[in-house]
Amino acid sequence: MDFKLTEREQLLQRAMREFAEKELPPRMEAMEETGEFPVELLKKMGDVGILGVITPPEYGGTGMGNLARIIILEEMGRVCPAIPMALQVHHMATHALSKFGNEEQKKKYLPPLAKGETMGVVAVTDPSGGSDVAGIKTSAKLEGDQYILNGRKCFITNSHVSDHWVVIARTGEGGRGLSAFIVEKNFPGGKPGRKENKVGLRGANTGELVFQNCVVPKNNLLGHEGEGMNIAIQNIVETGRPGMASVALGILNAVLEQAVKFANERTLYGKSISSLQAIQWHIAEIYADLEISRLLVYRIGWMRDNNIRCDTESALAKQFTCEAAVRSARKAIEIHGSYGIMKEYPVQRLLRDALVTIPAGGTGEIAKLVMARHALGMFK
Amino acid sequence: MMRIIVCVKPVPDPKYWSRLGLDPKTKTLIREGIPNVINPLDRKALEAALQLREKENGEVITLSMAPPHTTPVLREALAMGADRAILLSDAAFGGSDTLATSYIMAAAIKKMGAYDLILCGDQTLDGGTGQVSAQIAEFLDIPNVMHVSAIETFQQGMFRVRSQIEHGYMVVEIKAPAVFSVVREINEPRYITLMNILESEKKETRIWSSRDLALDEPWIGLQGSPSQMADLLIPETKRKGEILQGDPAKMAERLADRLHRWGYC
Repeated sequence: MDFKLTEREQLLQRAMREFAEKELPPRMEAMEETGEFPVELLKKMGDVGILGVITPPEYGGTGMGNLARIIILEEMGRVCPAIPMALQVHHMATHALSKFGNEEQKKKYLPPLAKGETMGVVAVTDPSGGSDVAGIKTSAKLEGDQYILNGRKCFITNSHVSDHWVVIARTGEGGRGLSAFIVEKNFPGGKPGRKENKVGLRGANTGELVFQNCVVPKNNLLGHEGEGMNIAIQNIVETGRPGMASVALGILNAVLEQAVKFANERTLYGKSISSLQAIQWHIAEIYADLEISRLLVYRIGWMRDNNIRCDTESALAKQFTCEAAVRSARKAIEIHGSYGIMKEYPVQRLLRDALVTIPAGGTGEIAKLVMARHALGMFK
Repeated sequence: MMRIIVCVKPVPDPKYWSRLGLDPKTKTLIREGIPNVINPLDRKALEAALQLREKENGEVITLSMAPPHTTPVLREALAMGADRAILLSDAAFGGSDTLATSYIMAAAIKKMGAYDLILCGDQTLDGGTGQVSAQIAEFLDIPNVMHVSAIETFQQGMFRVRSQIEHGYMVVEIKAPAVFSVVREINEPRYITLMNILESEKKETRIWSSRDLALDEPWIGLQGSPSQMADLLIPETKRKGEILQGDPAKMAERLADRLHRWGYC
């Protein structure tokens, strides 16, 4: 078992750290203020190859893989977690298209998504709830050569800034009655709806997609009719949950960095507060959360790259890491005392950002159901 | 077509300088556990080389003298876009001062064959002597321009460079081959892309030892180094504050006068 990153991965890590540290901080204040994703950054990310990291080279990507993707998201998340949030959902779209698209669809949609000429999103959640995928009400009816979509998707990352939407809609009864569609933003009848005002990850745009007799060509059915549930679940397990776990992992990096810096700089009773055992316990716990999370998240990257199914491991990494980010950010705030709740200090933002990772990409409770189902079957 | 050699040195990452120590006996930096990066000015030299290659076509080769464990750092230069890398590495090179280093580098350059340009950073973050580019030029008997902030070609085999001097710059026209050392202002190095990381794995890093080069033994390593570190001290820096008092207009006048005397305006 080799826990060391390869030379390629180490180089990627250094390159991404440099990109993140140069490009993201100047944009963060405006992102926090306005809640807008900096769309102009997309082209730069495309030029560097970040957007096509899991897209095969024949469709304009680098195909560097899932662990590489995790490293990218972690490094971005260490500086500004809202960026990898948007990025990871973009990757979800590239994953769905690469894995389930036909040749024509892949040739049409993947290269511009890899270059940053377009932005993607996967839209699963209906207002009736995201965990209950089988309960999706958004409908798609085949009329001649086109599907007519009606309904509403909510809490969709990149809703207002994306160009290509992979939408799960109902074409029949029950869980097998779902299908996936590639909807372009200018198809008649489809448009972004309400824009959400989140507490954290503010620079990642979230909102609704609304379909009122939206006309989608029959050729834009992704996979086969009835395959929507399978596409949605595989997409969430293989990219959505690892992606959210990576965003939280990035947050954990930043939390430890902020906590240690403050603990070393802050003086009380004539000495640095890092010499106080109460503070050291907090630091040790944050450090442990970071290290455990990194092992869990890197493992799912490695499993995916080796074509090993990782349903349970993906759920575990997502649930643990996102919870770890929240509790660690809270501890970092405690280390900061009153400074921790002041806007001038980043720890308050890190807590707000961490909170948003909890429901995104599947709630902790759903992840626990996946883990329990696996564990309960182990000793039968 | 232009053949450019860029001298690239791995140095301790400045982000970890607080962890750097000084060995009181050998008077050298204690580098253990500190990651290396390409010397920042050498990255700018490489960027300048890549920009010239984009205009003129040709080849960019990096040349380094460092222990073999620094090859990952040299891969970074390949991932920025250099075509290939040569690493000079041998226990016999240990302890070389700038003169011995330049002598070894010049011997390697002679072995590499014809070239149009050698680019270096003006100085390194760790040693900071700023001597190597001039000494390489001397050993190769070709012209050298230091503090270069812009390079252009204006005729076949001719360069026009801007060299920073105190309170200004001078423009020098110079015939190839030549050695230029570049300053911070010259450019902003490009990002390493995922595509270039993959591409760098197909590129060659060749390691040359003393056996591969035509060297006179007394000129290399400790014995070839006329300068030795006698002592190394960390200067104590203290801020000295002075509060001006009295009439605001007069205070402003005195302040402007001081700034002028210190060379700020």
